[in-house]
Amino acid sequence: MEFFVISMLNGLSYGLLLFMLSSGLTLIFSMMGVLNFAHASFYMLGAYFGYTLSGVLGFWVALVLAPLLTGAAGALFESQVLRRVHKMGHVSELLVTFGLSYVVLEVVQLVWGRVAVDFTAPAFLQGPLFTLINHSAEGLSLVAGAAGGICTPADPAVRIVCSPFPATRGFIMLTAIGMVVSLWWVLTRTRAGLIIQAALTHPETVETLGHNVPRIFMLVFAMGTGLAGLAGVIGGFTFITEPAMAATVGSVIFVVVVVGGMGSLSGAFLASILIGVIQTFAVAVDYSILQFLSDLGVKLSANAQNNTMLQLSVSQAAPVLPYLLLVLILIFRPRGLLGTRDV
Amino acid sequence: MSDLVSKSSVVSSDQWVWGLFAMLLVLAPWVFTSNLSMTMMSQMGIAIIACLSYNILLGQGGMLSFGHAVYSGMGSYFTIHALNMVGQGSFYLPVSVLPLVGGLAGMGFAVLLGFVTTRKSGTTFSMITLGMAELVFAMSLMFSEFFGGEAGVSGNRVVGEAVMGINFGPQRQVYYLIALYTFVSMVLLYALTQTPLGRILNAVRDNPERVEFIGYNTQQVRYRAFIIAGFFAGIAGGLGALNFEIVTAEVVGPARSGAYLLFTFLGGATFFFGPVLGGILMVLAFVLLSELTKAWLLYLGFVFLFMVVYAPGGFAALIMVNLRIFKAGAFGRLFNGYVGLLLSGLLMLAGASALIEMVYHLQLNAAMSSQLVFAGITLDTHAASHWWFAGSLLLAGLGLFEWQRKRFMGVWDQVQADLAGAGSKP
Repeated sequence: MEFFVISMLNGLSYGLLLFMLSSGLTLIFSMMGVLNFAHASFYMLGAYFGYTLSGVLGFWVALVLAPLLTGAAGALFESQVLRRVHKMGHVSELLVTFGLSYVVLEVVQLVWGRVAVDFTAPAFLQGPLFTLINHSAEGLSLVAGAAGGICTPADPAVRIVCSPFPATRGFIMLTAIGMVVSLWWVLTRTRAGLIIQAALTHPETVETLGHNVPRIFMLVFAMGTGLAGLAGVIGGFTFITEPAMAATVGSVIFVVVVVGGMGSLSGAFLASILIGVIQTFAVAVDYSILQFLSDLGVKLSANAQNNTMLQLSVSQAAPVLPYLLLVLILIFRPRGLLGTRDV
Repeated sequence: MSDLVSKSSVVSSDQWVWGLFAMLLVLAPWVFTSNLSMTMMSQMGIAIIACLSYNILLGQGGMLSFGHAVYSGMGSYFTIHALNMVGQGSFYLPVSVLPLVGGLAGMGFAVLLGFVTTRKSGTTFSMITLGMAELVFAMSLMFSEFFGGEAGVSGNRVVGEAVMGINFGPQRQVYYLIALYTFVSMVLLYALTQTPLGRILNAVRDNPERVEFIGYNTQQVRYRAFIIAGFFAGIAGGLGALNFEIVTAEVVGPARSGAYLLFTFLGGATFFFGPVLGGILMVLAFVLLSELTKAWLLYLGFVFLFMVVYAPGGFAALIMVNLRIFKAGAFGRLFNGYVGLLLSGLLMLAGASALIEMVYHLQLNAAMSSQLVFAGITLDTHAASHWWFAGSLLLAGLGLFEWQRKRFMGVWDQVQADLAGAGSKP
């Protein structure tokens, strides 16, 4: 039970982090038709900005400033480079962001080095947020913070399992939910959001009404990359801040966007949570086809028992699962979970 | 009538070009005899086939794939396993046809994975190819029996008895095998562009809707092109396996796919010979540029960004456009502009590269000494004046380049307009 609860919460927090990234990607895609290949690079940039700024100005300033800086970098790229290739079509736009991902990776290695930097959570986020205690006699209970000495029973007959939930994970969930709510509020309840939504579907009309559509595009791009930067700061200290972090998360968020349905925010949300939960559970499950067969009572020859394919446990196969999901979705529901258009 | 004459003269000049290219392939090892140039030329042949096969997708079909290394890489793996099986005597195949095994493997995987990827086009296609590439790469780390884990799979290409003294031991013999495959593949791929499939593929790239209206299934066209591209990629991979005699998981990795995309584009996706340039550039960059500076990927990234924005046709298009201007006798009008662009560009490059190298030096060898030698000049990372100088060089270069570019664009547009005007006159 405690395994399920903790894994579920971990999965949800990872899924919410994925959504912070994929929402920006989706927003940019549905607005400008541009798939920002370098989106995960902005995530990485946010983490490194956060690392440097938190060392100088403290954590809270870094949490605000790093996403703003990342967003500014995004705006600069959009207005100086991306806009120039807009008329050449989607392939050129994709290519230019692909080139940017190379440049950002190299610049990060140039400035911060090729090995991981020591970006740790601030003191108040270190340690567990709460601990689930499964007492063999008293049942399940919950303690805020670390459990301390309760986990080692005085009586050897009592079995106690403590499962801590890290505070950083809780912080991810809090930030992501705050972001989702404010994003929803901005997009649907403010004048600026309505203009953005209108520019999404009817750019010419919005332009005729006197709005500067290229500037709206720039702001949307800045907003999307800024969200990626915010995800980068909290992802940076929760996981690890290294030059490979963009590549690790980059391909997963593309899977999220396709599985959710291109251009659908709610689809991206659903797919993020789905993939986050699936991956987290898969990593924790040490079960293979071999075990499944022997549980069924199938007797296998020694040769078959040495088969790598059968020995492969679910946790080993975890990195592949998002892509398998992608393949299945494309075969059975090509428009994605909540997609409305067949792109 | 004049149309017909010029057409027949094009065909004969084509034959000239092919003949010259074959001569070049045959004679190159007698001109560049060093070991380094021999291995580089072998790699160039492989890269040319790989980039040409990639260009079926990118240039001819408008499909931007992020996972082409899957097909060349699986070709490599199947070839090296076939080679080892031949070595163990499981079955017999001459070493010279083993790349075809790779080709078939690449094709098989293209049939399998292409069925899913080519259901979509455009941006979605790109994302799915990325997902497929990650899928295969992640699997390569899971199944170490086939992929050889960290160490990879190695083999020995000298198996069986020598046929007419050829046992593929010396690099020169491997080079000629690669050269033969390169030439034949190029002819076949060029022929493909002239077939109805090649033509309709271009149409699918330019206007899929109209192609559907005239009764073609665009998905089928993309699928078939994808399979052909997979076959030739597999051949390139198979040749690579024979050339290096070792295959590691990086041959199916995203970095390799990215390199194919980068260099095919840099060479020029809009012309048939563009990827040939791209393949040559790829080997030059990987072997020579990486020796010259540790930050070579950064330079490459900047060059790529610059080309996407200002010269989307790659080097091939730059050459062809200037050739046309030269033929029309208008090159003299652009000459000053080119010199200006070149000089200001060099100034910009000098400033930028001095800065980049100094930062890299700080990052990597700061403990050893504050000085570094770059392009024959000693730079000191502790001297503020050096930073200021490099920075101001960069800024001055940027300013001058932008100024020259604006001036050049003016002249360029005028030349283009004049040429178009001259062309439309009866």
